[in-house]
Amino acid sequence: MDYSKPIDAELFPEGCERCSLTKFTGWMAFLGVFFLWGLYAAVRILAFGLGETGMDDYFGFGLWITLDLAVIALGAGAFFTGALRYILNIDELKNIVNLAAVVGFLCYTGAMMILVLDIGQPIRCWFGYWYPNVHSMLTEVIFCITCYCIVLILEFVPLVLENRQLMKNRFIHALAHNFHVYMPVFAGIGAFLSTFHQGSLGGMYGVLFGRPYLFREGFFIWPWTFFLFTLSAVACGPMFTVLVCTLMEKITGRKLVSWEVKELMGKVGRTMLLVYTVFKCLDSFTWACGLLPVEGLTFDQMFHGWIYGKWMFWLEHALLVIPLIVLFIKPMRQCRPVFYLMLFLVCTSITINRYVLTVQGIAFPVMPFDRWYEYAPNWAEWASSILVISYAAMVLSLAYRYLPMFPQERELNK
Amino acid sequence: MSAETKEFKIKWGMVIDIDKCTGCGACMVACQAENNVAPAAVGGNKLRSLNWLTVFRLSNRKPFPDHEVAYLPRPCMQCGKPSCVAVCPVIATDKREEGGIVSQIPPRCIGCRYCMASCPYHARYFNWYDPKWPGDLSQALTPDVSTRMRGVVEKCSFCHHRFMKAQELAVSQGRDPYDLPDGAYITACTEACPNGAITFGDVNNPKHKVHELIKSPYAFRLLERLGTDPQVYYMSKREWVRREGDNYLENEKTGEPLKKLG
Repeated sequence: MDYSKPIDAELFPEGCERCSLTKFTGWMAFLGVFFLWGLYAAVRILAFGLGETGMDDYFGFGLWITLDLAVIALGAGAFFTGALRYILNIDELKNIVNLAAVVGFLCYTGAMMILVLDIGQPIRCWFGYWYPNVHSMLTEVIFCITCYCIVLILEFVPLVLENRQLMKNRFIHALAHNFHVYMPVFAGIGAFLSTFHQGSLGGMYGVLFGRPYLFREGFFIWPWTFFLFTLSAVACGPMFTVLVCTLMEKITGRKLVSWEVKELMGKVGRTMLLVYTVFKCLDSFTWACGLLPVEGLTFDQMFHGWIYGKWMFWLEHALLVIPLIVLFIKPMRQCRPVFYLMLFLVCTSITINRYVLTVQGIAFPVMPFDRWYEYAPNWAEWASSILVISYAAMVLSLAYRYLPMFPQERELNK
Repeated sequence: MSAETKEFKIKWGMVIDIDKCTGCGACMVACQAENNVAPAAVGGNKLRSLNWLTVFRLSNRKPFPDHEVAYLPRPCMQCGKPSCVAVCPVIATDKREEGGIVSQIPPRCIGCRYCMASCPYHARYFNWYDPKWPGDLSQALTPDVSTRMRGVVEKCSFCHHRFMKAQELAVSQGRDPYDLPDGAYITACTEACPNGAITFGDVNNPKHKVHELIKSPYAFRLLERLGTDPQVYYMSKREWVRREGDNYLENEKTGEPLKKLG
């Protein structure tokens, strides 16, 4: 027994160092405090209903839906990186695809947890499958998200099976190997499901013809927001994966993924960002100058006061255009702090987009004699959102400590 | 996928004469009592209180002495092209019964509130709390209307139980339940309005008063430009009131864009 190593060192990935178990337990306890606070809020909400939240009849959607949409977009790195790695065979991405899958798994399971809280009758959550309305975008979301969540579990399981001690079991070893053999199939199914539900989440807003802030025309049954959501997700998903990786590196003090791989992810995201930004700007222009006047409204009427001010609209667009330009200029892209900052700004823009569509979109008073109301999430909504974030941080910490997520780690830390 | 306009042989409609409405709120009270709408807690959040029918105050936004106000009762519009029906993921709301009333099935509703987000009229209400009936109020519940549980959405049903009762009566008297005479079926708000501002009937039936009223040059519908095709009409001889019924660009004349849209 080597007493210089942590007591659980035999569980660590081969050749990788980790902090002491005491330090790790302290870190988990720190996260656990937030987790328990969120759990208390979640239990209260399930026991006493949504009256515990800050939502009302004018804001049936709020922080939770914003968070759901944001994490689902940011978690898109899983399907997109998986598709690039396993279907297009971009081999370098094998060094980050495990992390992308874990982040995706955490984002989607987190979103599912929030959705259970968000529906007024959680016990009827199965109705979506039993009585589906095929005309509703939400039905497509329910089906695709749950199916994709299963795919993500199937992508996460082989990583768990690759734990050093588990791999000593011959059956588990063989099982893990076979999972890997079929991984391109899972990646393909994941790409199909994820493309559709990312789009359907956008379509959910675009079909609301009673809401001029949200309604969009489109192609066949899909409003333009369907395509914008998919494009924005594939742009910010890889970027978010890189940011998570870098944050883990800062916290652990170890190099996990090489700069070249990160830059490649950034370039992939940047290319998709270019497509998204072009279509987003076109969409905003046609909405402001075409759709709104037909409904007797002006661009100025869509905004009100500070909290619903135009600054948010311009900020969302600026945080797409500026990073796009910077990421195309090689010397600037290769300055690492600038690179990470630009990725962060893109993720911020996508989060603002989800917020604006969710809250400002329904805050706009369509009836001329109605008024703007304000929405502020209360402690229960914040706490349950933090529950999901702390859950993700705890699982990610465990995965980092015990699972071989980063194939380059040993090499980079020699 | 967007909704489609649904047409029926019978189309129950309401015409509300805003010039006759004093904003007394009798319609709201009658609606609450008739439909077992749970009362809000005293001092509670007004945006969480259940009001299937809400009276809005309209203003011409001019200073004294030109200032004018009007009151606009807003039930569910029972839209011909309802934005809520297409979006509900579990078909807890539908529009397929003769008469064109948009149904709401509380035991089916999962409480996702997507229908509320879709409705520009804010005609849908969520049960944020368990319904409570203070004192002996539960003894006064209408037996024909089921109460709703916490966590589901509810809305005006044009007092659908009255429609069923009127049909049952017609059948028992050997009359056609799909050809009810004018006044055989009216909503509680129509009955309660002291000024007769609300008229209810089948807008497709020439024998019903509403059939003519909706053809008035002073008749309009709320947010007609959005294409929801409401079954609730309003009337006012005051142009500013009619203009408040929809969104207009500054250079547009009242009602003109609708003529262009056909």
